[in-house]
Amino acid sequence: MADYNTMELMICTAARELEDGACVGVGTGAPCAAAMLAQKAHSPNLVILFEAGGAAPLIPEMPISVGDSRTTWKAVMASGMCEIMETACRGMLDYTFLGGAQIDMYGNLNSTRIGPDHQKPKVRFPGSGGANDFASFCWRMMVMTPQDPKRFVEKVSYITTPGWLQGGDSRAKSGLPLGAGPYKIITNMAVMDFEPESKRMRIIAINPGYSEKDVQDNCGFELLKAKKIVENKPPTKQELSILRDQIDPYRYVIGR
Amino acid sequence: MGAIFTDPDADKAREFFRKKSRALKPKVMSVKEAVEKYVHDGDYLCIGGFGANRIPTAVCHEIVRQGRKNMGFAGHTSTHDFQILCAGEVFDKLDVAYIVGLEARGLSPNARRYMESGKVKVSEWTNYSLSVRFKAAAAGVSFYPSRNIMGTDTFHYSGAKIIQCPFTGTKYAAMPAIWPDVSAIHVHEADIYGNCRIRGITVSDLDVARASKHLIITCERLIQNDEIRRDPSFTSIPYWCVDAVCEVPYGSYPGNMYGEYFSDEEHLREWLKVEENPEEFKKFLDKNIYSCKDHFDYIERNGGMHKLLKLREKEFMFSKARD
Repeated sequence: MADYNTMELMICTAARELEDGACVGVGTGAPCAAAMLAQKAHSPNLVILFEAGGAAPLIPEMPISVGDSRTTWKAVMASGMCEIMETACRGMLDYTFLGGAQIDMYGNLNSTRIGPDHQKPKVRFPGSGGANDFASFCWRMMVMTPQDPKRFVEKVSYITTPGWLQGGDSRAKSGLPLGAGPYKIITNMAVMDFEPESKRMRIIAINPGYSEKDVQDNCGFELLKAKKIVENKPPTKQELSILRDQIDPYRYVIGR
Repeated sequence: MGAIFTDPDADKAREFFRKKSRALKPKVMSVKEAVEKYVHDGDYLCIGGFGANRIPTAVCHEIVRQGRKNMGFAGHTSTHDFQILCAGEVFDKLDVAYIVGLEARGLSPNARRYMESGKVKVSEWTNYSLSVRFKAAAAGVSFYPSRNIMGTDTFHYSGAKIIQCPFTGTKYAAMPAIWPDVSAIHVHEADIYGNCRIRGITVSDLDVARASKHLIITCERLIQNDEIRRDPSFTSIPYWCVDAVCEVPYGSYPGNMYGEYFSDEEHLREWLKVEENPEEFKKFLDKNIYSCKDHFDYIERNGGMHKLLKLREKEFMFSKARD
């Protein structure tokens, strides 16, 4: 059995998506860990932006807030919300990583509420924060989330953050910037993308130790399958050592 | 479908600002006086900073201590400040971008109880949407176009409207301006007239300051007006936006203040823990807010200067902030 946990695998998988010189908007937790890993492992010129205003920091360690002092450590600028989101809306943000309480087959995310009554919800979550903004503006929106049928649902109770909306060309028709949208979904079991026409979620890679059946059994809707499904590569020793020794030595994220 | 809690009419705002004083006069007062004078039941309130970073904690506590009710509030990545205001059930109308959570620290049980109680009327936005609403107000116009939230339930439960660009025909979401009745912002330095300097990220505070009808500034320290005039390039909020200046060193405690002190994670964890039990939480609030004379009293009860010096060390030596 390989010596890594599923959170480490998800972070390493996500980090590999970020090429040198790219620009990524991240939140705290796993997305931030992925961006930090990419910057330390293979993308030294990765530009990391935080919605509260931190621009291109060399993050010394995991921030606890996307506005805390560490998000401007050796940064090129300490700016504000509009500066960061306008940079994204101008088309200069390549990637973002998001999460949510629920996700559907088109990559729409719910992080607002469960229950039909908006003024008196059964469960209240924080709401969008900057997630809707990043998902609307960044060219490629990615999601990191555990594979669980309670999360992967047929229909989210509330669309906080746009994926491909109702599929097909519905996103383009909505008025959101053209060409941007969900790109990959990274879970503990697999990596999914979206079938180009229908925009439905599709398995493209399986993580070591899992099968296509495991992925489908832990999903509340039918997943499409790519013609060729590959096995996702496990974390390398180098990635793991950076992640464990430099980025998250106290296991705040990878200990979950 | 979501409500708009403040009037977006730019001409009405202009009438207000026409009468707002441009006199260069001292505005130094206590937080107690500032809240008595400028924060009223039913007002629309905005709190500066982001989450638990550079927040005017003393003002939030004082609003709860003075028992303000039925306010409107902008929940614009509002974490610990939101937690405090929920403890006093200060607002019943809310524009939401990010609430009830404290980011990586977890969710606030008491804030969730309040938000699930049905007592609060809610409109949904996003961080950028609310930023843009302040930007519109700061610019003196009734709306600002943006390209987010379309196609989502966030749009459905907001008060935004879809408009068409007159040049290209492209769809935009029109975000209505918010002119808060009163806002509170914590800054690093201010002079007695209210000229402010902020270090680190500014979030939406520069627009919030300009959009607000009344503005309470708390500052880490007062500085001479000569220092402001020595190099005006550092001034980020001019005095004519400001109504009250309160010197509150460690004013963002238990939050983080860029270049000054890190957040008191131990105390923030205690807040989240004690909220699980409403009885215990009541005692906690009595100790930390209701029976406190002021912000220093609160800090004294939670470790005083010894704690603050540790938090200063953490801010300067990040590797220790983990412990």
